[in-house]
Amino acid sequence: MQFAFTEEQHQYRDIVARFCREQSPSTRVRAQMASEAGFDRELWKQLCGDLGMSGVHVPEALGGHGYGAVELGIASEEMGRVNFCGPYFSSCVLASYALLNGATPRQQAEWLPQLCSGAVIASLALAETGGSWHPGTVTATAVERDGHWRIDGIKSYVLDGHVADLFIVAARRPGSQGLEGLSLFAVPATARGLSAHPLKTIDTTRRLSRVEFNGVQASLLGEAETAAAGLLRTLDQATIALASEMVGGAQALLDSTVAYAKLRVQFGRVIGSFQAIKHRLADLLLELEFARSAAYRACELAAEDPLPLREAAAMAKALASDAFMLAAREAVQLHGGIGFTWEHDTHLYFKRAQGSSVLLGSAAEHRDRYVLSLAARAAGDRL
Amino acid sequence: MSIPTEASVRDEVRAWLVENWSPELGLAEWRRRLIESGWGCPSWPTAWFGRGLPPALAAAAEDEMRLAGAVGVAQFGVRMLVAATLLEHGTDEQKRRLLPRLLTGEDTWCQLFSEPGSGSDLAGVSTRAAEDAEGWTVTGQKVWTTSAQHAHYGILLARTDWDLPKHRGLSFFVLPMHQAGVEVRPLRQMNGYSSFNEVFISGAHIGREGLVGKLGEGWKVALTTLAHERRLADSMRNWGRLQLGAGRIYEELKTEHAAVMEPYKWYAQRAGRADLLIERAQRSGRIEDAVVRQDIARALMIERASEWTAARARGARANGQPPGPEGSLGKLAASNVARAAARAHASISGAESMLAGEDGPEQGLIAEILVSVPACSIAGGTDEIQRNIIAERVLGLPREPGGDAEMPFRDVRRNSSGSR
Repeated sequence: MQFAFTEEQHQYRDIVARFCREQSPSTRVRAQMASEAGFDRELWKQLCGDLGMSGVHVPEALGGHGYGAVELGIASEEMGRVNFCGPYFSSCVLASYALLNGATPRQQAEWLPQLCSGAVIASLALAETGGSWHPGTVTATAVERDGHWRIDGIKSYVLDGHVADLFIVAARRPGSQGLEGLSLFAVPATARGLSAHPLKTIDTTRRLSRVEFNGVQASLLGEAETAAAGLLRTLDQATIALASEMVGGAQALLDSTVAYAKLRVQFGRVIGSFQAIKHRLADLLLELEFARSAAYRACELAAEDPLPLREAAAMAKALASDAFMLAAREAVQLHGGIGFTWEHDTHLYFKRAQGSSVLLGSAAEHRDRYVLSLAARAAGDRL
Repeated sequence: MSIPTEASVRDEVRAWLVENWSPELGLAEWRRRLIESGWGCPSWPTAWFGRGLPPALAAAAEDEMRLAGAVGVAQFGVRMLVAATLLEHGTDEQKRRLLPRLLTGEDTWCQLFSEPGSGSDLAGVSTRAAEDAEGWTVTGQKVWTTSAQHAHYGILLARTDWDLPKHRGLSFFVLPMHQAGVEVRPLRQMNGYSSFNEVFISGAHIGREGLVGKLGEGWKVALTTLAHERRLADSMRNWGRLQLGAGRIYEELKTEHAAVMEPYKWYAQRAGRADLLIERAQRSGRIEDAVVRQDIARALMIERASEWTAARARGARANGQPPGPEGSLGKLAASNVARAAARAHASISGAESMLAGEDGPEQGLIAEILVSVPACSIAGGTDEIQRNIIAERVLGLPREPGGDAEMPFRDVRRNSSGSR
């Protein structure tokens, strides 16, 4: 059934939500934020082990659960609701999709079971210091000599690069441009010539690194110089999971703000009875439900052809970015002074919103992609 | 008698149509037959022109009518919400006297609720119905009254007791419109159309038979009307689709339909016409402008998200799950879509969006959009009222304390009469 979850999916949400609520309260999130690794290995083991959330969308033959993008969206949304810490989005979403879309069956069989079990944390090294995730902007180069590939270049905004065991790296044939000449490689974090430098981030629940490659030996994934289409698909699918996560975060902010508006008394009445407050929360609910509809629908379309998938992903991310940021601003504002304190949890979400709103492209970039894709399709239809 | 099934209902309708339906009948004559048979309103009670069928079987009966090309009862305008109100609160005499000619289309109706001094706060109406020996004498002014210029009757919310609090001093009437003391003047809107009227009532008369429900319980009756008004907004989308064939009856139907649709001809523009954006931007070359693309995307994304949000509500209902917040957002969503679409149209047109009529883009259509969209966030419940409803019913926030709910209406601060 479209636009509605099955009974099984509702049950799956209940299980994931309960795990997140019980195992990732804000006290534990704060402890992880303050730690060097940024996440709790025990918690990570639980998520990958008993629950198998790590491979929810990966086929069973490759160590996953064999569900689809809808279940991944559910898991992401519930993790977003509690600001879950851990290399889930980097390893289980981005890197896993990159392997599913770009590696040979043999390479998938080698790596994906390890990603699903949590034994290996992988991260996609795509964006560079220019801060674009569009594969066409890649400048890192890969050269084959005597049957060995070597990579040179600097990758940035690499998620969880400080703890990754494996990097999935996009690099191009020297002299090639745009989407031509792109290949994908697997590089162990221990490779000679590779150095990862953690970056200071606003959102300390999601860590970023700059990773430098100086003649690093790499294993080719898939066929050489054909990585572009798989990367674009990977980005669209990961964008949908990220949008789902953001919807969860925005919902948590709306819930806490509504609850506060029902409690906080000023001028002899709870502030939630003032229309100045009610109307803002109603508008926030509307934007959030728009974003939720877009994310849910995009999850259903994640297996579709490139253009509908791209449009659904772009729309989901643009609406989620705007809704999450609005929720974050309103949550701080409507909580008043307490909302600006370190002690109150609102800032954890505010920072996650700030980071997520530009991760994999800003709302404006996604709006542009969306219209250009629609226009291209309309022009095609008229031919 | 056996319990009707879908098959038995379909058989019965088909057999009845063979005996009775002909496109060469007069519209009113045909509808009288239809009303007598009960097939015109199959879900209504058997005692009142219906067949008492559950919705699914009633839909099957209507489907057979459609397949045969048979014309249905009149249901345009405010008729169906008048009918629903009378079925629930009217006396037997009222139902007998008023419903048949309402259903044949011989009588047209209008709704006399809003006043210049009472818009969002409908329970604050101050049109006065003073009781006398024969019934009531009515004085006051109503506004936003669609089709009042040719209506035979109006459903009227008026104040019969000024000493009670606002909700309790109201009564609900049927006002005969063709009488001295009722003057209808068209109201010109900012988009140049005149879809609504002002109705000036000075000493108009309503007989005893005109009271609907009990004296002083008019608010309760009006709530029934308002509940059906939302459904009416949904069914209005189908009014444009007219199934026509050859024969006298279709000619009469076309004339009736044209008259009914006259006030609504700019409604598509009111909604913003997001459907035109991509094509216009490409044709004009403005699609090359990244700023224009941002405006187009904002409009199209929320338009699609709004559709998907409605689809989620339907999906949940079909699965037997309780509706979430997505069910209450449609009206406010539509306002946002209309505003964003208008902005994108202006952005595409640039300087040309200053021009109207044959000098304007799309032969004036864009100008019509720009000056019609502001109605969207006012008509049928303002955005502000929608936000209150969402905040209270979905988010569970408390009502704003009202200062006037318990005091005698005579003492409530009001707009000075005649002011707007």
